[in-house]
Amino acid sequence: MLCNICNKNQATVHLTEIIDDQMNELHLCEECARNKSVQMEQQFGLADLLAGLTEFGKVPEEKDSPEIKCPNCGLNFKEFKKVGRLGCSDCYNAFKKYLAPLLKRIHGSGVHAGKAPVGVAKDVKKNSEMQELRQSLQKAIENEQFEDAARIRDVIKDLEKKEKA
Amino acid sequence: MQINDFLNHTTEWLKGTGPHSDIVISSRVRLARNIEKSSFPQWANKKQSKDILDIIEVAAKRIDYLKETTIFHLADMDAVDKQFLIERHLMSHEHAQKTDSKAVIVDDEEIISIMVNEEDHIRAQVMQSGFNLFEGWNIMNKIDDFLSQELPFAYSSTWGYLTACPTNTGTGMRGSVMLHLPALVMSRQINQVLAAISKLQFTARGLYGEGTQASGNFFQVSNQVSLGHSENEILENLNGLIRQIIEQETQAREIMLNQNRAMLEDKIHRSYGIIQNAHIISSQETIELLSMVRLGSDLGIIKDMDRARVNELFIMILPAHLQKLEKRKLSSQERDIKRAELIRSRLGK
Ligand SMILES: [Zn+2]
Ligand SMILES: [Zn+2]
Repeated sequence: MLCNICNKNQATVHLTEIIDDQMNELHLCEECARNKSVQMEQQFGLADLLAGLTEFGKVPEEKDSPEIKCPNCGLNFKEFKKVGRLGCSDCYNAFKKYLAPLLKRIHGSGVHAGKAPVGVAKDVKKNSEMQELRQSLQKAIENEQFEDAARIRDVIKDLEKKEKA
Repeated sequence: MQINDFLNHTTEWLKGTGPHSDIVISSRVRLARNIEKSSFPQWANKKQSKDILDIIEVAAKRIDYLKETTIFHLADMDAVDKQFLIERHLMSHEHAQKTDSKAVIVDDEEIISIMVNEEDHIRAQVMQSGFNLFEGWNIMNKIDDFLSQELPFAYSSTWGYLTACPTNTGTGMRGSVMLHLPALVMSRQINQVLAAISKLQFTARGLYGEGTQASGNFFQVSNQVSLGHSENEILENLNGLIRQIIEQETQAREIMLNQNRAMLEDKIHRSYGIIQNAHIISSQETIELLSMVRLGSDLGIIKDMDRARVNELFIMILPAHLQKLEKRKLSSQERDIKRAELIRSRLGK
């Protein structure tokens, strides 16, 4: 999102203000917010707030980002840099090289640790279950516990059958 | 549900109930979700946007949990109705611009709202009165699971949910808590508190007025980071931070009561006097005075006042609400008069 005042920089500060009875949402860049905040600094310490936001919205240097295009939606990386919004979910793959460091800079981490969509979550669970079973089968064989091994092998076969069904 | 039905209904976040509701107005959890491979709203053409709206509308109708909801198509609504939904925090200001193929799905209790084709294909939020982030998340999580069984969400195992803006990638989750912090503002400690918040990778936004006049002492604190931590971790961190702020505001209130009682009582009773007797009043002045009245009622200085009634006024006095109550368009000057009338009828003796 671009700054509502200068329309040039990325908006990193979001405020609600009431002017002439209308509630407005304001999205400002750091500089414009700082100008706007001079009068109300005492009440709100906006400058302090801004201190924490300076890392926002920075993107890799021009020379590092040649013409790459997303094969799905056609957005090129330059357009993304200008607007700060990706074109579609495939853009993530197309711009991977540049997005990975950007995401890391914004979030301090580059790997998802949260939930997954229901179907995906099931797959992940299924896979790890299968992996565990295979490991215990291996162990049972190594320890020559053949009865256990046979039982585990049956469970695995059952699971595989269900998956195909 | 018709849009006018909301008028006779106290919206969830202003109920004035829930844990720590003397300081915490409301808790909100929102998720950003997108449909795989479809252009994000900002870049989508007319046909693509319409298709997205259609499949999301159909999906929502199939979900039992969302049975008691109404879908509002923004292209069919007039300016006052759109502003009305914004004032009730059921949708964003941005969502009311360029309304083609945009919609918002709202449940009868105004706990759930799902914006379609805002910055992301889906922006869903769950609102809870008071300090109640985890209950908000429980409901949100359920709705998300239902939606993900109906819709192919854009998701990668490395980066999680893929959003239009990289600042939301990962969980796509933003937890927010709206706080009333008059004692920290009056005792000039708010700067330090806000500075600490930003250092901890959270954001705080204020509801402020013109010039040097702060209005209402309300702040919204949210998480900034959405990638690398689970939803629960993010909310735990936010929860811990809010606990500390509540503690500080409580202490500041106690110190003021002990050391500056006369000043505090004077300020509160004057505010109560003005607001009960004014005949012309702006929304900004109203919010400032209501903030003091609310504090007075929280501290037991004003005794005949219940919080829900004060809370309700915080939105009833806003432009679109006033115009809906009056059932006609009002100029800014007319609103200032009608606003004073409304307040006198609700708070007057
Ligand atoms: Zn600017
Ligand atoms: Zn793309």
